[in-house]
Amino acid sequence: MRFALIGRPNCGKSTLFNQVAGYKAETGNFHGTTVSFTESKVRVAGEVVQVVDLPGTYTLEGANPAEAEAGRYLSSQDVDLIINVADASHLAQSLELTLELLDLNRPVLLALNMVDEASRMGITIDGDGLARELGVPVLPLVASKGRGVRGLFLKSLEVARQALQARPAPDVVLDAQARHSRAAQLVKQYSRRGPRIFTLRDQLDSVLLHPLWGYAGLLLILLVFFQGVYGLGSALEAPLLDFFDDLNATLLAPLGTGFFYQLAHGVLQGISAGVAIVLPYLLPFLLGLGIMEDVGYLPRVAFLMDALMHRIGLHGKAIVPFILGYGCNVPAVMSTRTLEEPRDRFLAAALATLVPCAARLAVVFGLVAFYLGPVAALGLYIFNLLVIALTGRLLSRMLPEDTPGIILEMPPYRIPTLNAVFAKAWFRMREFVVEAWPMLIVGSGVLAALTYFRLEGWINALALPVTWVLGLPPETGLPLIFGVLRKELSLIMLGQALGSMDFGAVMSANQMFTFAVFVVFYVPCLATLMVLRRELGAKGMLIIAGLTVVIAMTAALAARFLLLLFGL
Amino acid sequence: MTLINVADNHWVTITGYAGGKGLEGKLRQHGVFPGDRARIVRRAPLGGPLLVEVDGREIVLGRGIAEKILVEP
Repeated sequence: MRFALIGRPNCGKSTLFNQVAGYKAETGNFHGTTVSFTESKVRVAGEVVQVVDLPGTYTLEGANPAEAEAGRYLSSQDVDLIINVADASHLAQSLELTLELLDLNRPVLLALNMVDEASRMGITIDGDGLARELGVPVLPLVASKGRGVRGLFLKSLEVARQALQARPAPDVVLDAQARHSRAAQLVKQYSRRGPRIFTLRDQLDSVLLHPLWGYAGLLLILLVFFQGVYGLGSALEAPLLDFFDDLNATLLAPLGTGFFYQLAHGVLQGISAGVAIVLPYLLPFLLGLGIMEDVGYLPRVAFLMDALMHRIGLHGKAIVPFILGYGCNVPAVMSTRTLEEPRDRFLAAALATLVPCAARLAVVFGLVAFYLGPVAALGLYIFNLLVIALTGRLLSRMLPEDTPGIILEMPPYRIPTLNAVFAKAWFRMREFVVEAWPMLIVGSGVLAALTYFRLEGWINALALPVTWVLGLPPETGLPLIFGVLRKELSLIMLGQALGSMDFGAVMSANQMFTFAVFVVFYVPCLATLMVLRRELGAKGMLIIAGLTVVIAMTAALAARFLLLLFGL
Repeated sequence: MTLINVADNHWVTITGYAGGKGLEGKLRQHGVFPGDRARIVRRAPLGGPLLVEVDGREIVLGRGIAEKILVEP
């Protein structure tokens, strides 16, 4: 038996899903498309039920791929019951989708979520009356606190087992305008609005969206966020690396020094790099992001940043891929699918791949911050932003804007639940584990084999056009080419290639900075390339990859000669 | 009159759209229909978007879009 959860974005659908699915949920993919949904087995009264969490949608005739998928899923898969999650505090808008669902001729159950928030706004809803009128069961729910969840699923099972009952005909309304008026009429009839109880949350926006304090707040929040991520990450990284060093030594001891030793060493390095370098940063990053998301801060960031984003040819909604990009480009590219226009998706994905992710951060910190000081690292980040802005301007001139601007729902502030934040972080983390980690491991293995057979000379010769122009030692060719597999690898390999981990002794300040600039911009890692192909197609991926090489060459050359001007 | 010309915190009624079918569809999806009451809650600086209250909830609308929403007091 299969239940499908559907509702508008931000109605608490995923909160409900996570309440029942816990961490057992699995991510799947629709055939031929890129939008993922989550599915999980749930035990209800001794019976195992498949529960599907569909992407948030305003209507079944949706414009963006995520919405179109939800509609397609409901009409194609065998769904035994549609659980329509409605936001009780904004009932009229939610009922528009409900009216559309009634037309599908499948059993529907309406869950009125966030009844606590509704009563805070002074709204009371006559659920029984609504149920009689619509001909579907209506149940109250507070998914974030787990209230009403058990009752909802018991009722769902009961409804799904019964044959579909005939529903009153007048509620099958086909036109959007008609559905809108019908929903408004239903709300007028079955809900009452008392005096609104004002709380601190209602005042928050006058500070956080203020023309001055809003931006100060944004800066402060992002500062605390990134500081927290790096603080926690570096605290976790050192003991993990020590642990893996010890483990590697024990495991590799019986292998001697031959080919298999090299290969196993490379593979283990890939495994440990994933766990000890990337994960300590990625997990706190995703947790922090999940909190900002569930609180409802990201739409506020979009509101504040919209004007600036227009300068680079995008609108405020596209800020999310940029913020995500600082953690990992893989989820950043994935998040572009919430944008409606293909042109916006391409542009946002192209620019997001230029954002230095946590792995590239390792190079910037290990090379630039460590040898040239934190000011130089900060300078590199600012330089990066300038290049992104310039690229955005140039690209948007080539791809003229065809949308008039942003339309985005501004949700009320909510207190996030730990359960939902962890579940979300876990799902995103799995994107990394499944997409990127295997590539790290294979890449390290291949690299070890290449070094064993002494093939690096050939690869260095291949990269000579780049290294010569940038004034880098020819040995840096191998780390640069293999940096495509995983960016932080280029730092480890740089040490191997130059025969010293003390980079300050073998490279000049100019060379270290130029190398770091090139690493930050050129071809995103293999995992990101694969996601780009999935989201934009092979052509889009190749264009972006080519573009990044051009940008990296230009930016690195500019950095080289700028530094020469300053006598470095 | 279009929504962009309305002073902040003044309630108006949406009467129609001056844009193409695409814009109309998008606004409908987000629950902005002719006949709804709306007001501008605040404006982002530097030519940024408007925060508009429609039907008891808040929506961010770019200025280009607000220019195409016809309203009357």
